[in-house]
Amino acid sequence: MPSAVEFRDVCRFFGTVRAVDRVSMEIAEGEFFAMLGPSGSGKTTCLRLIAGFEQPTHGEVRIFGEGMGGVPPYRRAVNTVFQDYALFPHLNVIDNVAYGLMIAGRGRQERRREAEAALDLVKLPGYGGRKPGELSGGQRQRVALARALVMKPRVLLLDEPLGALDLKLREQMQEELKALQRKVGITFVFVTHDQGEALSMADRIAVFNEGRIEQVGTPEEVYNRPARPFVADFVGSSNVFPPEVTHAVAGRRAWASLRPEAIRIVGQGRPARVVATAFLGTATRLHLEMAGRDVTALLPRGAVVPEPGETIEIGWGDSDLHLMEGP
Amino acid sequence: MAEAAAPLPQPAAGPRDGPLSRLSDALWRRPRVLLVLLLLPPILWLGVIYLGALFALLAQSFFSIDEFSGVIVREPTLKTYGELLTPANLDIIRRTVLTAALVTAAAAVVAFPIAYFAARYARGRWKAVFYLGIMLPLWSSYLVKVYSWKLILAKEGILTWALDSVGLLWLLEAWLALPGVGGNSLSTSPTGTFLVFLYVWLPFMILPIQASLERVPVSMLEASGDLGARPDQTFRHVILPLAMPGVIAGSIFTFSLTLGDYIIPQIVGTSARFIGLAVYQHQGTAGNIPLAAAFAVVPIVIMGLYLWWAKRQGAFDAL
Repeated sequence: MPSAVEFRDVCRFFGTVRAVDRVSMEIAEGEFFAMLGPSGSGKTTCLRLIAGFEQPTHGEVRIFGEGMGGVPPYRRAVNTVFQDYALFPHLNVIDNVAYGLMIAGRGRQERRREAEAALDLVKLPGYGGRKPGELSGGQRQRVALARALVMKPRVLLLDEPLGALDLKLREQMQEELKALQRKVGITFVFVTHDQGEALSMADRIAVFNEGRIEQVGTPEEVYNRPARPFVADFVGSSNVFPPEVTHAVAGRRAWASLRPEAIRIVGQGRPARVVATAFLGTATRLHLEMAGRDVTALLPRGAVVPEPGETIEIGWGDSDLHLMEGP
Repeated sequence: MAEAAAPLPQPAAGPRDGPLSRLSDALWRRPRVLLVLLLLPPILWLGVIYLGALFALLAQSFFSIDEFSGVIVREPTLKTYGELLTPANLDIIRRTVLTAALVTAAAAVVAFPIAYFAARYARGRWKAVFYLGIMLPLWSSYLVKVYSWKLILAKEGILTWALDSVGLLWLLEAWLALPGVGGNSLSTSPTGTFLVFLYVWLPFMILPIQASLERVPVSMLEASGDLGARPDQTFRHVILPLAMPGVIAGSIFTFSLTLGDYIIPQIVGTSARFIGLAVYQHQGTAGNIPLAAAFAVVPIVIMGLYLWWAKRQGAFDAL
């Protein structure tokens, strides 16, 4: 069976800027796939390549095995939830949701019924008569979701859909989106710069950096076994040691990653000076200096927090130091 | 570590000397006073001089003129409005409204692609070229432009010459032979009047449409395409409704400016009268201020009806 989405050596250049640079990946049907990276890493351009708003400079995008070269957005079986939601301000909610059905030439009754079902699905029943301008950010997001889902796409594309929401709403929507995806069973491709969002929602994550994919894997793989220093640093702000430091602390000459939460204060270990501390609520972050290098540690709640300026002894388990390829 | 210097003693509030700072302090504490001071001059100007003069004029339309002495009878009557309904005056109104409507429709059609290009594609230097191209004609004298057009459209003018040299003069002659729109030459035909109106008012249509299109984010057009709409469907269902407030704003300009103009029909065209010209002649040479005022009410009523209709059609839904 072909993949829902497949990138074959895809490049997208804007002038001299290599927005997407030789990306190959496969997204399986029914998967919740996250494209994670900092801004300008090419993740949004990849999403736009799937939607058809961009054409590859080189390579091929396939959707369910079909090459998408020269296929305009309006002929693709994918739908997008836009970052700014892009709701039509002159139409009320029900007409926004039914827009695609209206274009497809469905009857008025059917349009209304399906749009209302879609609004029920995103838990926004009875809002059909309002204008987008009268809704809150979270409600607009649900309308945008309903407008895409009502088309029964084979792949749903989401461009930073939670970016504009406040923290509480974002956490709630993360769970709802995940539950929704299980319910409708279609492939979700999700762009985000928030590693926590990607880890908590996705089945698999592709980590983007400077137009390339650094690693593709499950959240556990990406977090516990980052393939390269960039992944270790971007996902979970790991301590990244270059080969000479790894050699000094573990006797191996390779790049290594050490998670802040793996570092513990021990009776006898490596001396480190406390530079600063920050209370985070669930934990306390220590900014340490160990043998001339900055190291970050995370103390669980309830632990005794040392004062800045103090020198402490730190240690970690052998398996916590994860070796990886160079950048 | 060196001992930190003791902080300098600072007063809780900064110095407050000088009458200007005292005045600004006082106004800061009473923002309403500031608001009144700022709004009073424009409200006086708008309310008394601008609207006052307009209402004084409208009041005149309910007076009448004594036919023998030519003296204005200052008693409220609808007699003057009755005079508007004579065949000659109705003819003036019909001609003016028809021309204004045609000019407005043509201006919208011509302006839309220009405005669309400027809003969507023109960037940096091209945007500057666009603004200059639109605004430059507005900086030059209106009379100079109208007389230039008279020369362009004249029988010996460049347009006739150009059409002749490409062998299309027969087309122009066939058009001029048509009753109602034709005439001796373009510069003495209703077509000429129409063309000059279209040229002179076009910037007033382009700029509001461009402004309304600027506010349509690209993602909205992409969303339409994403939901299966072909570009022509996106135009009909998204771009046009969102640009409608701009089109209406532009059409208010082109429509009302054509309704009130009295120069262009005198210089280019058949010298058949328009509302503006009728107002000009009645208040000037004929000394019939009431009838001039009644004529002046006609465009106001028409614009009111037009806006009411536009609102009902949902033209302002996207505002």
